[in-house]
Formats: sequence, C-alpha cells, structure tokens
Amino acid sequence: MAKFKVNKTYKEINDKIRSGDVVVVTAEEMIDIVKDKGPVGAAKHVDVVTTATFAPMCSSGAFINIGQSVPTIKTSKVWFNNVPAYAGLAAVDCYLGATEPCEDDPLNKVWPGEFNYGGGHVIHDLLAGKKVHLKAKSYGTSCYPNKELEKDVKLADLRQATLCNPRNGYQNYNCAVNLTGKTIYTYMGTLKPKAGNANYSTSGQLSPLFNDPYYKTIGLGTRIFLGGGEGYVTWHGTQHNPSAERTEKGIPKTPAGTIWVMGDIKQMKPEWVVGVSILGYGNSLAVGMGVPIPILNEEMAQFTAVSDEDIPVQIVDYGNDYPNGINKNYGYVTYDELKGGMIRFKGKDTPTVPLSSVSKAREIAEILKKWIKQEKFTLGEPQFTLPVG
Amino acid sequence: MYSKLLILHFSGKEVEKPVVSNLTRYYDLSFNIHKATILPRREGIMVLELSGSKKNFKSGVQYLKDQGVIVKNASQEVTRDEKKCIHCGACTAVCPTHALAIKRPEMFVIFDKKKCSVCELCIRTCLTRAMKIQPISETLFE
Repeated sequence: MAKFKVNKTYKEINDKIRSGDVVVVTAEEMIDIVKDKGPVGAAKHVDVVTTATFAPMCSSGAFINIGQSVPTIKTSKVWFNNVPAYAGLAAVDCYLGATEPCEDDPLNKVWPGEFNYGGGHVIHDLLAGKKVHLKAKSYGTSCYPNKELEKDVKLADLRQATLCNPRNGYQNYNCAVNLTGKTIYTYMGTLKPKAGNANYSTSGQLSPLFNDPYYKTIGLGTRIFLGGGEGYVTWHGTQHNPSAERTEKGIPKTPAGTIWVMGDIKQMKPEWVVGVSILGYGNSLAVGMGVPIPILNEEMAQFTAVSDEDIPVQIVDYGNDYPNGINKNYGYVTYDELKGGMIRFKGKDTPTVPLSSVSKAREIAEILKKWIKQEKFTLGEPQFTLPVG
Repeated sequence: MYSKLLILHFSGKEVEKPVVSNLTRYYDLSFNIHKATILPRREGIMVLELSGSKKNFKSGVQYLKDQGVIVKNASQEVTRDEKKCIHCGACTAVCPTHALAIKRPEMFVIFDKKKCSVCELCIRTCLTRAMKIQPISETLFE
C-alpha cells in the first residue's frame, strides 16, 4: 500500500510547468486551500507552493573574478570602493563579504556607529550599474609581475560575480528584547531599555523552511529566486541545526535549519540585493529569496499550510543574556501575535518591530509564481536534501 | 500664532542696523536667537525663531528684506526616498510619534509626515538610509 494517497514526481510537475498546466500558489494562499479542500484535495489540486523572504542576512557575499590585465597580476589585497575583499585565492579571485565596512569608517568609535558603506553596498552598487573603484596590490611574481592595479569597473567589466551566502533562510529566529536600563544597538535593530520594543525578523508563514520543516524537498540543486535572478541551494547553511526542539506540527521552536545559496549576480536586480547599515552594529545585505516547494503528496500540502499562529518564537534578552552566552528565554509568542504589532511581555504591552520585509517577500512569492507559470521556471530536483539530524 | 526658524544673512552694511529689535517694535513679533555670528568680512549670519500673527510675520519678513537682509527658511523636514525603502519596519522601533507605522495586514511601512516631529531618530535607524533630513523647500508664506 502506498504511503500517500497523492503521489507526484518532480518530473510530472516539471512536465506540467512546460505544458502550462501547472497550478502554483503562494504559501499564504495555500493556507485557505488546505482548510477548504483538506490536505489530500489540496495536494491533488496544487503542484507548487512559492515561499519567500527579504531580510538582512549578514552571512552574504560575492566571489568576484576581476579578470586579468596586462601586465598580469596575482592580487593579494583587493578593495572595492575602499571596502577590502579577501584575496587569498587564485590570481584575480576574491571574496567580498557583505559585513565588511569601508576602510576609513569610524566604526563604533563614535557610538553608535552609522556604518554607511560596506561590502553589501558595493554589491548593490555594482548591480545598479554604478562604477566602483577597484584597487589591488600584489608582491609580484615571474608569471604575475604587476604589483598594483587601480581602475573603475562596472559589473559588466568583471569576468564573474557569484553571490554566495553561506547562511540564509533561517528557520525560525529569536524575538529580541533588551532588559537593561539603556538603549542598545544590535543586529536585531535598536532595542529600547526595559523591553521597550520587541524585534523579530521573519516572513513567518511565507518563510521557506517553515513550509518544509523537515527539508523533504530542499537540498543541493533546489532552483530558487535569488536576488531577482535564478540561484540554487548548494548545501545546508552554516549553523544548520535540525535537532532543535519542535512543535507537534514539526515547527522548530528555536533557530534551526539554514540553507547555503548561490547565484549569478549578473542576472540579479538591484532592488532585491540591497546593502544595509545597522546602527551601532555594522553593514549587511538584504537578499530577496524565493523557494518553490513541490507538492509531491498530501504531507507536503499539510506542511505548506503552516500559518503564523502555528509558529512559536522565543523571546531572548539581548541586553544581558545574549552577549554573555546565557541560553535563556522569556517565554514564547507566535508570529501572528508579533505581526499584530503588540505583545504582552512581563504584564506590559510591548510594541513589536519587524526587520524582515513581509510586503517584499509577498512580491517575491508572486514573481516566482509568475516565473513558474509563464516563464517555465522548472523545479530543480535535489541530489540530496538537507540533513535532518 | 505663527512661528518659523529663519536664517538671516546680513551684508557688511546692514550688520550695523538694529533690524531685529525693530521686528518687535514695529511688528509685534517675538524672537529667539539661536545663533549669531559676524564673519571676517563683516557679514553676519543669524539663526532665529520668529513668532507672531501670520500677517505680522509676513510684514516683518518683508521689512527684513527691504533692509537688504537675505531671509531663508531654516525649518527642516524628514522625507522618505520611496525607491530606497524596503518596508522592513526597523524605523518603527524609534519613531516617537507613530509617523512611521506599519499598515496591517499589508505590512507596508507608512510615513505620515503630518505626525512627524522631525526628531531625526529614524534617519540612522533606517537600514537602507531611505529617511532624509532636508530644508523645507516651500517658500516662506505659502
């Protein structure tokens, strides 16, 4: 006896995409479809559910090959608009990290630092078609005699530029409060004293890994929307932690799975790859990502029906606990409550503040839907899925 | 009661006239001087807040202009670069007047300029630097 009542393969779904008969809905639309039709009915009807997220993700950056020039050079130090890139790679390869600040930035010497320009901004400027000042130094070798290089380059002048985010799409995250008596500036935004606000970052029910909590369809080779172009999941992300405690529906209660994603920057669009400055913390990059989830069976239909009420998030103190490595939480709220704008915390109404753009995530989920329906964006069947622990 | 922050530029000649006290004597206006400097070439710059009835304010400014003083509006406003805003919501943590707030369920960040107190807290909190402070571009009497 088959395990499921509905059984679809990637090939069957891709054939439907090619013939134009595919049924694609967003993860938010799927909630009501499963309510109406039940998981089996929904699985029969829907082939693909699109998920998305658009938020700052510090673990981002770009592998850039600047191309050779004459005389040849083996770059050992590289800067783009005075932002250093790591060049300990082959002759003209480097990695430009999103959180790398501009070299003359005062950082946090003037508290809280503004971090107006960093690696993420360089990547955005390149995508926006702007000229970026490239400077490189070398010690000179027989085969690569040039010791210095300085020129203005545009994205089109670079031989290759590949976005490579070792971590993205965090499956669940903390809700941050500050229990000290002073305002603090964190990667979770500005936190006012005595829990004056509660910050969170997720697209909740639209977020990719909440819709496939046990990574049954996501792994190496999953084709995704990345920064407005086509990208891939290439590995499990750094800090991937599938063994986090879960709810009955399989939703992890603390930060859990992550994905490693890559894509060709030359295909991307500046509005989906945006350099950000986090006051008192540093530079980062907001990357738009959309992941299609194939509805292979009724189990996947049920998973993709996850809604904000189903997702618990732990409240963590970033004033004292987090910096001191104290693993403690102050209870749970749901994303539904957080999105509502106000939570009850320690008997007090506390306004909630998102850092992840849900409205932009909705746009991405719609674009991905359009790609699949109209532009024959087929699903990439993973070679293997992410580790489940 | 009408009140505006003004920047006055006096050339070397006007700097000797008691024009500001005349605003009070002839036009029933009150002023609060925030800054006054005389530069090496004898020209002066003054930043002052001028308050009174709208009619008197208008006449007073006209008087200043007649005396050869260059009058500029020093008031500032916060604006949003709509192209840069990614509607994340980080700014809503610090906005004290709820001029920046989230519209639900769409989850758009709306900016109601009328509620803005020009505290400028959003400017550095905004992740994409979409919020800007700039001089009010409108002319003085509109």
